[in-house]
Amino acid sequence: MAHASTADTHHDHTPPFFTRWFCSTNHKDIGTLYIIYAIFAGLLGAAFSIFIRMELQAPGDQFFNGNYQLYNVILTGHAFLMVFFLIMPALIGGFGNWFVPIMIGAPDMAFPRMNNISFWLMVPAMLLLLASVFVGTGEARGVGTGWTVYPPLSVVDANHKGMAVDLAIFSLHIAGMSSILGAINFIVTIFNMRAPGMTLSKMPLFAWAILVTAFLLLLALPVLAGAITMLLTDRNLGTNFFNPAGGGDPVLFQHLFWFFGHPEVYVLIIPAFGIVSEVVSTFSRKPVFGYLGMVGAMCCIGILGFIVWAHHMFAVGLNPDVEAYYMFATMVIAVPTGIKIFSWIATMWGGSLEFKTPMLFAIGFIFLFTVGGVTGVVLANSAIDVPMHDTYYVVAHFHYAMSLGALFGVFCGFYYWISKMSGYQYSEWMGKVHFWIFFIGTNLTFFPQHFLGLAGMPRRIPDYPDVYAGWNYWSSIGSYIAAAGAIWFLIVVAEMFIAKRRVGDNPWGEGAKTIEWQVSSPPPFHTFEKLPVVK
Amino acid sequence: MLKQLLVNIGLFMAAAMPAMAQGESSENYVGMAKPWQLNFQEAVTPVMARLDSLHHYLVILITVITVVVMALLLYVCVRFRRSANPVPSKNTHNTLIEIIWTTVPIIILAFIFVPSKRLHYECLHSIGCAEDGVPVEPDMTLKIIGYQWYWNYEYPDQEIVYDSYMKQEENLLPGEPRLLAVDNPIVVPVNANVRLLITGGDVIHDWAMPAFGVKQDAVPGRLNESWFRAEKEGTYYGQCSELCGRLHGFMPIQVEVVSQEEYDAWLEVAANDIEAASQMMAALRGRTTMEVAENEQE
Repeated sequence: MAHASTADTHHDHTPPFFTRWFCSTNHKDIGTLYIIYAIFAGLLGAAFSIFIRMELQAPGDQFFNGNYQLYNVILTGHAFLMVFFLIMPALIGGFGNWFVPIMIGAPDMAFPRMNNISFWLMVPAMLLLLASVFVGTGEARGVGTGWTVYPPLSVVDANHKGMAVDLAIFSLHIAGMSSILGAINFIVTIFNMRAPGMTLSKMPLFAWAILVTAFLLLLALPVLAGAITMLLTDRNLGTNFFNPAGGGDPVLFQHLFWFFGHPEVYVLIIPAFGIVSEVVSTFSRKPVFGYLGMVGAMCCIGILGFIVWAHHMFAVGLNPDVEAYYMFATMVIAVPTGIKIFSWIATMWGGSLEFKTPMLFAIGFIFLFTVGGVTGVVLANSAIDVPMHDTYYVVAHFHYAMSLGALFGVFCGFYYWISKMSGYQYSEWMGKVHFWIFFIGTNLTFFPQHFLGLAGMPRRIPDYPDVYAGWNYWSSIGSYIAAAGAIWFLIVVAEMFIAKRRVGDNPWGEGAKTIEWQVSSPPPFHTFEKLPVVK
Repeated sequence: MLKQLLVNIGLFMAAAMPAMAQGESSENYVGMAKPWQLNFQEAVTPVMARLDSLHHYLVILITVITVVVMALLLYVCVRFRRSANPVPSKNTHNTLIEIIWTTVPIIILAFIFVPSKRLHYECLHSIGCAEDGVPVEPDMTLKIIGYQWYWNYEYPDQEIVYDSYMKQEENLLPGEPRLLAVDNPIVVPVNANVRLLITGGDVIHDWAMPAFGVKQDAVPGRLNESWFRAEKEGTYYGQCSELCGRLHGFMPIQVEVVSQEEYDAWLEVAANDIEAASQMMAALRGRTTMEVAENEQE
């Protein structure tokens, strides 16, 4: 196996360093840049979450020395970094760029230069966000509004008079532009550049997932851009879109924000669905069970994602009939989600299962996403949501979907594809250790938060009544274990590049059927000199 | 001096009502979370009781679903591991099973949606129809305005208005929990239908009382309505539940649910001096400073 693919040393004509990495138009190089970017942002976001858990480890002031504005800033930064600068760049920019063109047999993305600008817009976006932390005077620095940036807090609050919120808005504008350009690129690529014979109904589920995600981004992000632009003019130009004193409506912003925000959470999870489908199929040595159902379920989740947004707003005082509708529509999402869960299990059923690290992350994803899904059904009930809204139950719910869902999907994809991307294989035992540290750490962090939420502990508070101390302590211990897992992950990556275990075209055996496993590891700079023909 | 006098009146009345003063102070009920709590706080309103039972039903349902998924996963992982099943099957379709796993969740959801929707319409949002579709009239109205970072309460019928701030740690009386106790709590009679009118004065806040099943955003420019009927005397604690800035975690809510007599007594004092009224409430609950306690002994 180790010698099987030395053939890939055939002479690629790669550009010199600067041109290759800074002016790149190659989908694989841009994908690599996105993944490096995501790892950097992820470590920063993880550090922020550790600060939060250090503060909350015990009652009283632990870490922020009573600077509660800074606590709110770190909390907000954690959300922005994880959503916009870790999960999205990793899943869509990273794995999407790397593997969608190869999977569909395309020589590159449809708009290679636009692909380049998509990535390089992300850099100033993060710089603006990080700069916002330092902007302001005294303790009134940074954006402490939560990632929801609800007005009037983001407009009239004394601690947000500085430029920080404006910088964060620009950061979102730029990150949004990047995503919109990326989404257009994926849609055009997938619709127009499939190899002969690669019909939509033969397309791998990961490519389908990216296609659905691209549509969600394309439709949702302009609404966010509009909303935060209005916020910007409210802040700086004296408009009153969201200011009740001038006839505006703060709740309107919430509608606009969540019209974007809810599809956004599916943007984070649907690519992970795609990865898990590929991985489960590969390590079960079976094609995906119910392919059409899986595609249908993803499209269905994508569409439903646009018509459930006000379930985030059950406490603002909506019309009861409106709430009843949102309760109904939200519950409906459980049906396609259930189809996916059962189809994955059915794919494994009768298979020949091999528990390599990506498969462990995929199985972990299926189970933990189920937990996050059923608590979502509970929260969908507008009545039950009353005692749960804005408590740690919600925090636990969406971290089961995001941290134990989407992030498990990221690691699943990373271990699955890293040998293809780098040409080297990770150490299997080290990968498995990473899985177990991470699995134990994240569950210990987030499961007790269900109890805290039920007991009534509100979100986004820097100190809590003493009765909540017990579960908070264990939650913090869990986050330290997960942090150790993140450091271990870096060690796994470093070991991989030091050990340089070369792999062949297909290290996973007969289960890996998609086209990327038929090209060398890493693939040549130009993957396909001649287009492959799919029979 | 007037204040001290009023406090003494309050203490006297508390002492003069032994049934309440003794009976309650020996076992004052405190509505707040307990260490290592796993579930909702004890429900003391009909709405929260129904929310609690619906949630109980849902927890059983989601636990069963999660356990079934976990059991299936464990089964396939053991049964179809490579060493036990080296040759994979090729089946990728089974129309019947796909129909089943689409329809069964729909049926389960119907069993959730129907009771949930009923509860949604019957219990929440307004004082509309609390019991079996029969409208309940409010016995009193309480206006609540959220500010950074305190609450303003108004009893419009009695023309009592006051602010309620969190008590700093050094001012806590024995038995008062940190970050939850306030200087001037809300006082309402037991078994009264209390209509809440809630709005925000600067940014969005959220008035939440877990034991009552109430959580309503206080949105500037909007008047939200909610209600509760607390059926158990005691002291209840809640916290602001919408991020409202730097001290969001430090604007708690405290409600004293008392007998009608105690409420009337409190109203009388509160009409003139809210601080004295609050001290009276504290004394009634047996939460006294040393100084006041000494006065009591005299």
